[in-house]
Amino acid sequence: MSAPQYAPGKHPDLPAPSTLAGPLAWVRANLLSSPSNITLTLLSLWFLWSVIPGALNWFFFDAVYSGENRAACRAAGEGACWAFIGEYLKLFTYGFYPEESRWRVNLAFVLMWLALVPILFDRVPHRKYGLYYAAAFPFIAGWLLVGGLGLAPVTTDKFGGIMLTLVVGVTGIAFSLPIGILLALGRSSKLTIIRVFCVGFIEFIRGVPLITLLFVASTMLSYFLPPGTNFDLLLRVLIMVTLFASGYMAEVIRGGLQAIPSGQTEAADALGLKYWQAMRLIVLPQALKISIPGIVNTFIGLYKDTTLVIIIGLYDPLGIGRAALANTSWIGLSTEVYIFVAIFFFVSCFAMSRYSLYLEDKLETGHKR
Amino acid sequence: MPETEKTHAELAVKIEAMHKWYGQFHVLKNINLQVRRGERIVICGPSGSGKSTMIRCINRLEEHQQGDIIVDGVELTNDLKNIETIRKEVGMVFQHFNLFPHLTVLENCTLAPIWVRKSPKAEAVATAMEYLERVQIPEQAHKFPGQLSGGQQQRVAIARSLCMNPRIMLFDEPTSALDPEMIKEVLDVMVELAQEGMTMLCVTHEMGFAKTVANRVIFMDEGEIIEENSPDQFFDHPEHERTKLFLSQILSH
Amino acid sequence: MSEAAHAAMARRNPLARLWNDKESRQVIIQIISFVLIFAFFFMMVRNAVINLEAIGKDISLKFLWQPSSYDINQSLIEYSSRSSHFRAMIVGILNTLLVAVFGIALATILGFLLGISRLSKNWIINKMAYVYIEYVRNVPVLLHILLVHGMIINLLPLPRASLTIGDGAFLNNRGFFVPKPDFEPLFLAVAALFLGGVAFAFWFRKYARMVQDQSGKHYPVFWICLAAVAGVPLLAYFVLGAPITWEIPELQGFNYKGGMVLRPEFIALWLALSIYTAAFIGEIVRAGISAVDWGQNEAASALGITRGRTLHLVVIPQALRIIVPPLTSQYLNLTKNSSLAIAIGYMDIVATIGGISLNQTGREMECMALVLALYLVFSLLISAFMNWYNRRIKLVER
Ligand SMILES: Nc1ncnc2c1ncn2[C@@H]1O[C@H](COP(=O)(O)OP(=O)(O)O)[C@@H](O)[C@H]1O
Ligand SMILES: [Mg+2]
Repeated sequence: MSAPQYAPGKHPDLPAPSTLAGPLAWVRANLLSSPSNITLTLLSLWFLWSVIPGALNWFFFDAVYSGENRAACRAAGEGACWAFIGEYLKLFTYGFYPEESRWRVNLAFVLMWLALVPILFDRVPHRKYGLYYAAAFPFIAGWLLVGGLGLAPVTTDKFGGIMLTLVVGVTGIAFSLPIGILLALGRSSKLTIIRVFCVGFIEFIRGVPLITLLFVASTMLSYFLPPGTNFDLLLRVLIMVTLFASGYMAEVIRGGLQAIPSGQTEAADALGLKYWQAMRLIVLPQALKISIPGIVNTFIGLYKDTTLVIIIGLYDPLGIGRAALANTSWIGLSTEVYIFVAIFFFVSCFAMSRYSLYLEDKLETGHKR
Repeated sequence: MPETEKTHAELAVKIEAMHKWYGQFHVLKNINLQVRRGERIVICGPSGSGKSTMIRCINRLEEHQQGDIIVDGVELTNDLKNIETIRKEVGMVFQHFNLFPHLTVLENCTLAPIWVRKSPKAEAVATAMEYLERVQIPEQAHKFPGQLSGGQQQRVAIARSLCMNPRIMLFDEPTSALDPEMIKEVLDVMVELAQEGMTMLCVTHEMGFAKTVANRVIFMDEGEIIEENSPDQFFDHPEHERTKLFLSQILSH
Repeated sequence: MSEAAHAAMARRNPLARLWNDKESRQVIIQIISFVLIFAFFFMMVRNAVINLEAIGKDISLKFLWQPSSYDINQSLIEYSSRSSHFRAMIVGILNTLLVAVFGIALATILGFLLGISRLSKNWIINKMAYVYIEYVRNVPVLLHILLVHGMIINLLPLPRASLTIGDGAFLNNRGFFVPKPDFEPLFLAVAALFLGGVAFAFWFRKYARMVQDQSGKHYPVFWICLAAVAGVPLLAYFVLGAPITWEIPELQGFNYKGGMVLRPEFIALWLALSIYTAAFIGEIVRAGISAVDWGQNEAASALGITRGRTLHLVVIPQALRIIVPPLTSQYLNLTKNSSLAIAIGYMDIVATIGGISLNQTGREMECMALVLALYLVFSLLISAFMNWYNRRIKLVER
């Protein structure tokens, strides 16, 4: 047992004992470290064993991918019936948008990604112009989708599916951000009337469910408009969704504003900057940067909330799914339809939340440095 | 056998051929150290050399993988009972105080006596006040840690450890998170404690403190004990090259 | 314009002087914004008055006392189609509160389990909780509600082929039918023991505290209280010969009759809201506990405090300060999300007064105003609690 002796300062690094490193040590530390841990491991393995094979069979191996209707599906196999997807895929994507004009939707979709590039990456060349383009994008897309000025007009009741989700989501985020910034500044303003108004607005928006605001939009908003005006349901919904999102956005940005030390405004004052200059040049850039993860999270919330429009009769992917269920061929397939829509939402929201985590990490290191 | 028992009882801490790894990283290499009762040891060395890790092994905040650590005659193994006994006997003061922010200063000091020693509350409070007086902040007893200065917080942390009546005290850089003007008030308390005969293991770079109270100074580098000597020898005639380099660095500012 | 010219103009023009003075400029801005805001609301109200007049409607809450003439399949109070719209609204409020309270309870339990699992050293448990949380958080709550509802309706058997649970509970696509307890007089004794147990538990906690303060002796308070509250009454229940008769639901015609029933809409809404909110609560709990500095655990260990006590005395009190504020806003979210009940026909506030009553009476303004006001009241109550709690637990800092 006698270990070799080394002169002081000359002891070599020895490999760790096998109980401490290597796969076996990992299993021991992470799965079997104590009796309760062993029990938990066994229980969860049993749980996974009893759930996963059945689920996989239902989902993939016993599933039926083609067929005329539900009865045909059920006759062909035990598992899930995915046959409806083929029939409804176009509807899921474009809603009822006229076939011959769908290139406009595709184009708008491509342009959206182009607009995202300067927003998502801060090292693209000519980023400033990219950002101008991104700010103009909602209007360009609006023109492409609605038509007019040389394009064949398409009424908004033809909007649906993923396209509708994106229209509501992008509009909501694009317009709620500036409104949210104004509300957040108003809420921290020294001017009492402005502050009270902003606080009241934000608290009201955050205090009621979105669905009630959508009902307001669909049932009574027209009463408050000048007599004779009547504008379309989607526009009313977009206004409400934007207002709703700005209430939440305002709180996110207020958090960012509060994180900026008061020394920053004082320094700006000392430099002789006016209020708006100080905000625009010093405070807001920092506050917005801190708030980006919160903004992305608000966007994810907004994106998920677009599903609520089905309750007032619009057709987002969930609405299309419900329409498929109302079709006598596919009635009773609710599990399949909803899981299909859930996968769509999961993939997009999960990607966004990863992005927000990545930003948070980036910000964190930025602050430490 | 009585021979060894006697040495055990005389030795407050005995570390023999101890090794520790973090994953594959060999942090502590062949550590041998014996501390007699009432002895004051100062441990120094460059940052990352394993000083904290070593003293944290003594009350088993960290587990070692090879060799033996015997504290107060009790060998440190996975036996939970042993660990409990040791922790009652060994007090520890951290670099960042680690006071409980949701409890008042007094409650910080009485928490362990009440729940671990099972003392009646009145008794625990009396002991706590006694120690708070010794560290000269009885008037802060009902404040929360967040309301105190760093120096005061560290003195509370010392009082909190003393309330458990430990036989050995471990200090892990107790003054390095403090502003210069507060260092003295903490060192004064520690000197007083040393004069009362407390067994102390102290990681610190306060050379004045080492010269006045330490029986021995230990120099660590890269997970090894490189040099071990009386303070006079250590500071005036360092033996090892690395010790000289280290001393020249800390004494130059 | 140069600074000097600016100043010269300011001296001549009194308006410019007002504008350049900091105080008066603020007053001017405030007046202008007030006028603008006021004008905006005035326009809206004026438009509403004109529009309502044009179609011959007035604003009045009298309709609340007219018979509602619609049925509600689940009601906590007496209700029939002859009851008033007001009573329908109360039924709606109670149904919202019912699903909110049950949802909050289940979501909290699930959420804390998830949060603890996310902190578990056990890799499988940890990853399972992670997968659950990520899946659930990233799918809209409405979809969860519809999915669960659809599964109950489409995957559960018809009443004839009900799943039987135990002796008298039946699960089918019309709901969950459970026996209804019928209490015999002897049960009073059990109830009394239970109440006595609760009272004893309260007293014993104080007493144990006092003994501990005086002598340092520790009682196993939790176990003794558990025995008093649950153990003794349970024992008495069996000793007294189980003095409850159960009215067991029975299959009659196409459905079960008798007993108690949880309807598919309630179950779907309750489960979906709980599942969804639990994912968020899990993350909150995980973040709250990991936000407590690890040094706190080390300090407690160094003092010889055991792992369980450390949790109870040091970690949880600090974690709760971080957890409770976002937790309450999750409770509020759950309550607000319960308004999605309308998608599956659970009769909550929105579905009663904001739905059928609104459609039948055509009183959009009044009904929507009532609905909005009710939700605002819930929100204000919850945020009042939150502010109170935050003030109470705020850590004292220098
Ligand atoms: N929990 C840990 N996991 C992995 N490595 C660690 C851990 N704690 C400390 N280390 C590493 O061990 C070495 C010794 O650390 P430490 O004992 O804190 O040094 P000192 O106190 O002398 O500055 C350092 O290189 C440090 O990075
Ligand atoms: Mg250290």
